[in-house]
Amino acid sequence: MAPPNPARTGVWVGIGAVIMSFAAYTSAMIVRQGTTPEWHHIALPPILYWNALVLVASSVTLELARQRIGGPFDRLGRTPAVQAAKSREWQFWYRITLVLSVGFLVGQFFAWRRLASEGVYLASSPSGSFFYVLTALHALHVLGGIGALLYALRCLHADDGPRSVNVLGAVAVYWHFMAALWVYLLVILALWI
Amino acid sequence: MDNVSASITELPPAAPHQHAAPDSFIRNYVFSLDHKVIGKQYLGLGLLAVCTGMFLSWIMRYHLAFPDKPVPLIGLIAPTFAAGGVITPEFYLQLMTMHGTIMVFFVLTTAPFAGFGNFVLPLQVGAEDMAFPRFNMMSFWVTFVAFAVLVAAFFVPDGPPLSGWTAYAPLSAVGKSSGPGEGLGQSLWVVSIAIFCIGQLLGSLNFIATTLDLRAKGMTLARMPYSTWAWFITSIIGLIAFSVLLPACVLLLLDRVAGTSFFIPAGLVVSDALQPHSGGSALLWQHLFWFFGHPEVYIAIVPGFGIISTILPAVCRKPHLGPRVLIACQLAIAGLSYMVWGHHMFLSGMSPMSATLFSVPTLIITIPAAIITLLWLGTIYGSKLRVNTAALFCLGFVSVFVTGGLSGFFLSQPSIDTYLHGTYFVVGHFHFVMGVAAMFGIFAGTYFWFPKMFGRMMNETLGKWHFALTFLGVYATFMPMHWLGLEGNVRRYSSFPSDYMHGSLALHRFITAAALFLGAAQLIFLVNLLWSRLRGPAAPDNPWDATSLEWSTTSPPPFDNFAGVHPVISHGPNEYGVASARGDYIMQTDPPSAAASSAVA
Repeated sequence: MAPPNPARTGVWVGIGAVIMSFAAYTSAMIVRQGTTPEWHHIALPPILYWNALVLVASSVTLELARQRIGGPFDRLGRTPAVQAAKSREWQFWYRITLVLSVGFLVGQFFAWRRLASEGVYLASSPSGSFFYVLTALHALHVLGGIGALLYALRCLHADDGPRSVNVLGAVAVYWHFMAALWVYLLVILALWI
Repeated sequence: MDNVSASITELPPAAPHQHAAPDSFIRNYVFSLDHKVIGKQYLGLGLLAVCTGMFLSWIMRYHLAFPDKPVPLIGLIAPTFAAGGVITPEFYLQLMTMHGTIMVFFVLTTAPFAGFGNFVLPLQVGAEDMAFPRFNMMSFWVTFVAFAVLVAAFFVPDGPPLSGWTAYAPLSAVGKSSGPGEGLGQSLWVVSIAIFCIGQLLGSLNFIATTLDLRAKGMTLARMPYSTWAWFITSIIGLIAFSVLLPACVLLLLDRVAGTSFFIPAGLVVSDALQPHSGGSALLWQHLFWFFGHPEVYIAIVPGFGIISTILPAVCRKPHLGPRVLIACQLAIAGLSYMVWGHHMFLSGMSPMSATLFSVPTLIITIPAAIITLLWLGTIYGSKLRVNTAALFCLGFVSVFVTGGLSGFFLSQPSIDTYLHGTYFVVGHFHFVMGVAAMFGIFAGTYFWFPKMFGRMMNETLGKWHFALTFLGVYATFMPMHWLGLEGNVRRYSSFPSDYMHGSLALHRFITAAALFLGAAQLIFLVNLLWSRLRGPAAPDNPWDATSLEWSTTSPPPFDNFAGVHPVISHGPNEYGVASARGDYIMQTDPPSAAASSAVA
């Protein structure tokens, strides 16, 4: 049994809460669709699919960075030169992750602009309402994730001991969940909205 | 369980404390990271909220008893809403909405769960603090802001909302045109509840992580005190429930300010004006709200279960009957609480089939609740009860919980609920089972843990008077409401001066007198709190000869709870009525040999 790790437990519990809230939105959407005789489907902007790739890619690069940080114990006995080289490597992948994550949000912004240019606004149709609510709330959660990535980076710079590695592990779980949540939402949006 | 203790021994020794000792007034008392201070802050907020909520109920009660007379002083306090002390039906509904919202959210949720849970849970599991002290601090201050936003509704031009604590759409969704307070007041209500959800989610997260990860060496799940179990279960219920209420509030707010139509149906005419909305479902709000709302009942009452189950063995001087059954029943209640929300909506046009599907689990949930009650009675049976105030409030809890639970049998059946749902029968029911029972849990907890919180004993004579008068007042106030309901006295009406309910006026006057008497009895409690805090005799570490960990440290505990010592646990919390060096109990921190020489009495 793994030793207790409150950061990881906390993230999983938090993910439980986020899942519940998106389940609530999803069921609200299904009920709402049932009460409307005509539910206008929206043609999703293609950029949403590219955004999904960007977010999944950021998950992969985050894992590449984490592999190069490793545990605090596997660096014991390495020479400072090897450590410095590894440090450059993880920081490279970490920066890529941050760039991709911001890129995702910018991409979502373009998707909203595209729909707005087609006359789909928050209040113009029920399907549009749910589109904006679901995507905006996901973006808000991603924004929180970027904050967490920056916080983990600060911890790693200050001290790359076990605590920082734990924090990063917890943030990574959340970040992967964000990608999974977006894939789920994309399926929901493509099928229902 | 051996696996758990084995893994704990492999932990790196003595991780440093999560945060430094407070070094300023602000860090010590305002933005404190210490779970003990945060617990007291929550209890303080609960006290402020309960006084506010009770004051509002007195205005309502006075008006119900004397509908033709202006309420004294109210004209001075609220000249815009109640000019000359005259209570309009709209102002009555505004008072009722605020009374319900303040009591359910800011008293029954904050005090038994966030208040006592914060103070006691880390102590009982042997932790130095919560898992995330900063989240914990945010949790309190976010909740405080939510309270401030809610109360601010009294100070906006149209006043607070009038749509009830359940804020049923479309009344709550269409805005200003649906009545006084439905403009800015209702928006403040929605924002306040959304903020409150965030605070409670942060709190639940902390409770769960602390219980799972920060238990002291040897504190297996089976050895956790019953109150810790109850707060743990409550935090799981809360995590799920508030995660659903928050989206509901977001959607309601969008309907109000952004012109969406989630809850507002097409063709709705309010105040002679066609609403510019289409196709929303008012029932959707009810489903989302009650999916939170029914578990909320258990968020209020399950901590009470835990508090009673922790105090009863200590005052009965014998082990709690069926400890594992007790916890299993609470888990069953938590699970079932998510399958019964529709019983609040029997009158919403639900099909008889759906009504039956919600009615059956509602009846089933009474089984674990009844088992828990029988376990309490079995624990009390044949014991040499130490009759102190905490013990009396435990007995009172069992009484009011059973009284309130019995009326639940009637309401859980759609055919009977159809008649009773809109009447005072329901008001009597939920005030007993949710309101008063949870309050008795709070009182029991206060008399029990006050010595640990402040290092001083409370006055027992005042405490017993407080109990006796409160018990009397509670039954005199809420019992006759069942009779009113059976007579057909509808609820949420501001007065019954000249219609078919005129005959019930005498009973309404009796209830009002009883409510004022009940309120006056609480002054004894306030005096006792204040006097004991300042002048009470010094409390020993373990005044009740109790077994759990909080009694093994000083009263009040030091900043890091156990003065740098990491407690090692060798016993469960249920070792009462055993011969040991201490007398008739073994503390959880006593060495294992203490149990070897003991004999079960």
